Amino acid sequence: MNRTRRHVLFFASAVLLFGLLAWAMHDLPPFGHYRGPYGDVINATTVYERHITDAITAVNFDFRGFDTLGEESILFMSVIGVTTLLRRQKKEKKKDGPDESDEIEKHRAPEPSDAMKVITLGLVGPLVVYGLYIVAHGQITPGGGFQGGVILATAPLLVYLAGDLKTFKRITTHSVVEIAEAAGIFGFVAIGCLGLSVGAQFLANVLPLGETGTILSGGTVQLLNIATGLAVAGGFVSAIYSFLEQTIEMRMEGEKD
Amino acid sequence: MLILQIAILIFVGVTGTAVVLTREVRSQVIGLSFYGLILAMMFFIYQAPDVALSQIVIGAVALPLMFMLAIAKIRRNELQRKQLKEQEERKAA
Repeated sequence: MNRTRRHVLFFASAVLLFGLLAWAMHDLPPFGHYRGPYGDVINATTVYERHITDAITAVNFDFRGFDTLGEESILFMSVIGVTTLLRRQKKEKKKDGPDESDEIEKHRAPEPSDAMKVITLGLVGPLVVYGLYIVAHGQITPGGGFQGGVILATAPLLVYLAGDLKTFKRITTHSVVEIAEAAGIFGFVAIGCLGLSVGAQFLANVLPLGETGTILSGGTVQLLNIATGLAVAGGFVSAIYSFLEQTIEMRMEGEKD
Repeated sequence: MLILQIAILIFVGVTGTAVVLTREVRSQVIGLSFYGLILAMMFFIYQAPDVALSQIVIGAVALPLMFMLAIAKIRRNELQRKQLKEQEERKAA
């Protein structure tokens, strides 16, 4: 297909798409005028029925908790896919140490400066605390298990940026990472079964709800947040490690060596 | 507030187009990360702080990192392939 015909095709479909879009948007409610009943119902009842001030967390981990279990499993399966794809191939070998004659070594990034080391390593502690805070306060303020989990997973990255490869490897290959990921998924299902055990439905909020606005409020929502945080943090650390392992350590072997 | 909302929408459009128009891959990834940050600001301005937080951690941290590492790996493999080829040619000569 030559250039002019491609342009003709593009403009024709662009005009058609724009027309359809304009037609569809014509019947939308005006900007800022919410018409559906569900949002108002959730806003009005969440605090009284669930003792949760962040309605979005209540929706994610309570009203539609089963969907969240599905989302968490998607992440789990993607991480398994990434680690399987990026495993050590037949043609690859692990680098033993820096090889000065290697042309590729000349393209390596320079050692990080002392200032960068101090700042990045100094940020690790506050970052972990912030991640834990986001996980633990999901039911009170924006955030929750997913966001907090990813923040926690960036802590080993800071260690890597500081050039401390040894510590980075020790953190990311620690068996705790995989255990946390599996325990997160298992914990989510187990908390869901708690509802079944007392005769309610799966993922029913059966625990005492606590006082609104405190860290222990929300019943099962708090526990589900912690489980999600574990699974997400573990999953992201594993995925990041497989990516970095491929980039830093794996070399293709000479095919006829 | 409305002015802020219009401004951020235009900014999202501009940065998104800029990412598409950038042809150099590494600059594109940095642009993508910046675009992720702008998108997070948009979510925040439209009063969706939960989504904004997810967008920041994924769009500005995890996604560019994975792109950067993949690009680095591809470049290294290309370099090495070239090197191996040169070695073989030298052996043959």
